Amino acid sequence: MPQVTLSVNGTQMTAEVEGRTLLVELLRDRFRLTGTHIGCDTSQCGACAVHVDGALVKACTALALDLDGADVTTIEGMAGADGTLSPVQQAFQDHHGLQCGFCTPGMVMAAAALLSENPKPTVAEIREYLEGNICRCTGYHNIVKAILAASGQPVDDLAASVA
Amino acid sequence: MTVQKPLPHDAAPLHVTGAARYVDDIPVPANCLHLAFGLSTIAKGRLSGLDLEAVRTAPGVVAVLSGADFETIPDCSPSAHDEPLLSDGTIHYAGQPLFMVVADTHLNARKAAALGRTTYAEEPPILSIDEAMAAGSIFEDGPRIYTKGDVAAALAASPHVIEGRIEIGGQEHFYLEGQSALALPQEGGDMVVHSSSQHPTEIQHKVADALGVPMNAVRVEVRRMGGGFGGKESQGNHLAIACAIAAARTGRPCKMRYDRDDDFIITGKRHDARITYRAGFGDDGRLTGVEFTHLIRCGWAMDLSLPVADRAMLHADNAYDLPAARITSHRLKTNTQSATAFRGFGGPQGMVGIERVMDHVAHVLGRDPLAVRRTNYYPEARAADGAPEGSISGKKKQGAVLDTADLAGRGSVRVETGTGSATRFGAVHSPGAGAAKSGVTPYGMEVEDFILGALTEQLVETADYAARKAAVAEWNAAHDILKKGIALTPVKFGISFTLTHLNQAGALVHVYQDGSVHMNHGGTEMGQGLFQKVAQVAASRFGLPLDRVKITATDTGKVPNTSATAASSGSDLNGMAVKAACDEICARIAEVVAPDLQAEAAQVVFQGGMVRAGQAEMRFEEAVQKAYLSRVSLSATGFYKTPKIAWDRIAGKGRPFFYFAYGAACSEVVIDTLTGENRILRTDIVHDCGASLNPALDIGQIEGGFVQGAGWLTMEELVWDATGALKTHAPSTYKIPACSDRPRIFNVALWAGENREETIYRSKAVGEPPFMLGMSVFSALADACSACGPHFPDLQAPATAEAVLAAVHRARGPA
Repeated sequence: MPQVTLSVNGTQMTAEVEGRTLLVELLRDRFRLTGTHIGCDTSQCGACAVHVDGALVKACTALALDLDGADVTTIEGMAGADGTLSPVQQAFQDHHGLQCGFCTPGMVMAAAALLSENPKPTVAEIREYLEGNICRCTGYHNIVKAILAASGQPVDDLAASVA
Repeated sequence: MTVQKPLPHDAAPLHVTGAARYVDDIPVPANCLHLAFGLSTIAKGRLSGLDLEAVRTAPGVVAVLSGADFETIPDCSPSAHDEPLLSDGTIHYAGQPLFMVVADTHLNARKAAALGRTTYAEEPPILSIDEAMAAGSIFEDGPRIYTKGDVAAALAASPHVIEGRIEIGGQEHFYLEGQSALALPQEGGDMVVHSSSQHPTEIQHKVADALGVPMNAVRVEVRRMGGGFGGKESQGNHLAIACAIAAARTGRPCKMRYDRDDDFIITGKRHDARITYRAGFGDDGRLTGVEFTHLIRCGWAMDLSLPVADRAMLHADNAYDLPAARITSHRLKTNTQSATAFRGFGGPQGMVGIERVMDHVAHVLGRDPLAVRRTNYYPEARAADGAPEGSISGKKKQGAVLDTADLAGRGSVRVETGTGSATRFGAVHSPGAGAAKSGVTPYGMEVEDFILGALTEQLVETADYAARKAAVAEWNAAHDILKKGIALTPVKFGISFTLTHLNQAGALVHVYQDGSVHMNHGGTEMGQGLFQKVAQVAASRFGLPLDRVKITATDTGKVPNTSATAASSGSDLNGMAVKAACDEICARIAEVVAPDLQAEAAQVVFQGGMVRAGQAEMRFEEAVQKAYLSRVSLSATGFYKTPKIAWDRIAGKGRPFFYFAYGAACSEVVIDTLTGENRILRTDIVHDCGASLNPALDIGQIEGGFVQGAGWLTMEELVWDATGALKTHAPSTYKIPACSDRPRIFNVALWAGENREETIYRSKAVGEPPFMLGMSVFSALADACSACGPHFPDLQAPATAEAVLAAVHRARGPA
């Protein structure tokens, strides 16, 4: 079986994979990084979102072999080495941007990708960016607030800002 | 005290770092096996041939089992023993499991499951409501009927009578974490099962039954689910049973997780329904009598359909005092997935029926639908006479139940704090308090706690209903293509399991020698924040900071004989059970330390990490040490059963509910009359959580419930083809609300009040009631359609673009 070597959360990791092995399977089953979830198996719900070379990628439709040499960041790599939460993670916690938590890793990865592309997104831009991430619990209100907060923007007048 | 504080979800730090474990994340031994089902592709008939040779020889396959491999096929039903794990040769629906594959990997199991060769003797399936009615295909021996007064006479004497019908679609739960289970064989034939289930005791019961062992040989653990919504009340049985059987036969750990498509195709959903009505009313819109016929499509097996259909009947009145009513309910057996519990449990379907009547009456009279609704409200409750003696809130009796400082960070969420001590129960706003006579539901229960008159008044003001209604009319007069609509609809939802014996809960609390607390109860965590709320109760009882209380996984070995975490009852039941256990331990500690504090045990209080009596105090840890050294038990069980309830479901009489939870929503929408596409522009909500145990978590339930309810009635459409195959079996074809679908403006406020009944800290259940606030979107869409022409638009649910377009055309009438 061919080998693939990736940098995962800053650590070089190597594994033998099949040609068809998905990135999400490599992360979950081989590297035991189970924070990347499988929600729909078909690249629509976003629970499996990770960063590959800085870009937001759904790990359930990315082939591991295609990513040899890539730099992959998963939800487990988002906090600092000392456990300090990233601003996005902290905001999701503080602003109740989660309930069951299953979509949360993908939401956090999507939000972080958005803020790296667009550090001060409008509410409309947040809503549009999150179209590939489904949440069944929260109604999204607090997720949008969390992302606004993580970007350093006020959340108090969310209602007014979208009128 | 930690109760009533808007603390984040207890697992939030784990969720945002990916460290929270769901069943599929639990580390398993290297020899773990994986399961997959092979499914029927026809809806009805006999399995005439099943060739599994290719399955057995597929790579990685360890075992393949079909119905023929069992002397008695294990049953998965939570009710009627009518759901064999694998087909016994009879096919009941397209998607029914026929055989199971046990293989070395998830993928190999799924690949092998696709290799089964089946031949069928097909029969014409019964799929639709009409087909089931024509064939007399029903559960129970005829329809259930609840009556109040003489409806025929009332209708005959009415100035106006309308008739109509509404089709109400089902709904896929779409919990983000699909169904999953893991069985770990133990010594001596015992089994440990991890299941994504709202009902660990049921999993234990069904697994024990399948293995032929007593319940004490099976232990079920549930740390969390990635969403449940009712879909994991009974639908996880099949996976847990299959895993346990495979584990018992192979001696190896066995895991199963449905692929999302399989999850859609195999598992039950919300019941779809048709409701027909005849309603009589006066010139002011006051109803004189209503006749409803509920036709509920239950699918192939009974599952929980009877109580679901009962609850639809019990909510046929919603907020309205019906002088006469007759509700007839047919529970139809069809060759489709077995419809199951889903947030609201039939209540939403029943309520949609009466809300449709309200809109229809208003249309006939040319009145504002809100005016018609309020004309028909139950009489407002009188202010309660003060809390019962000895109740927790009797001592507390605070009026403003929310900590506004803590809630300042909640942004646009407005917090209504009322005006102090007078807000205990509806007293501030209750018009004519003292004069109003309580109404009685069609099932004979007195509505003692009705607050919707005042709550509606508040929402009318905060949502600026009158001005916006006028603005919508102005817009519609000036625009031909885009039409707007606005509606304000109420919710009155009954709290308690209608199967009375389920209203019980247990808890187990330990205090260790270092003063740390281990808390366990029968409720399960599916994201709703139950564990946090109950931990807040425990911390408050011991007077400890929350971080001294360890939240632990639901475990049938710790608390036995639990009810499902369902019917919104989780914190009501388990909060009380945990309180009982904590209070028992506090009482024992108080006995020990009272002499040191020079006080009677009854005077000892637990506050701020201290155990106090008057000026004397000691640290909680010190008191615990003293109790331990005095050889006093620091472990206790707690038990709770809901008082006051008694219900005869056949007669349709009694008090099925301990109390009602209330809420109202005002939604404004816009439709494109060329395409039927629509958007929610703004939603304002006032919802009653009593004295909320955790306002942040409760507001989260309200926001999420509303969006899920709006999704049900607008975009979420299940489609079966003519053969009975479900065509909407993935997010590609079944659309749940996305981030861009939530209201552009979304204001949620909690009603300032306490539960009139003696619930845990006077809070109210919140899981299901907000779901039905989504009805405001449906009525607003109907209102927008009404603006397109003079005829009744007769909007059907879900109000997809197609349904809206059809309603626009009906409103316009024949060209």
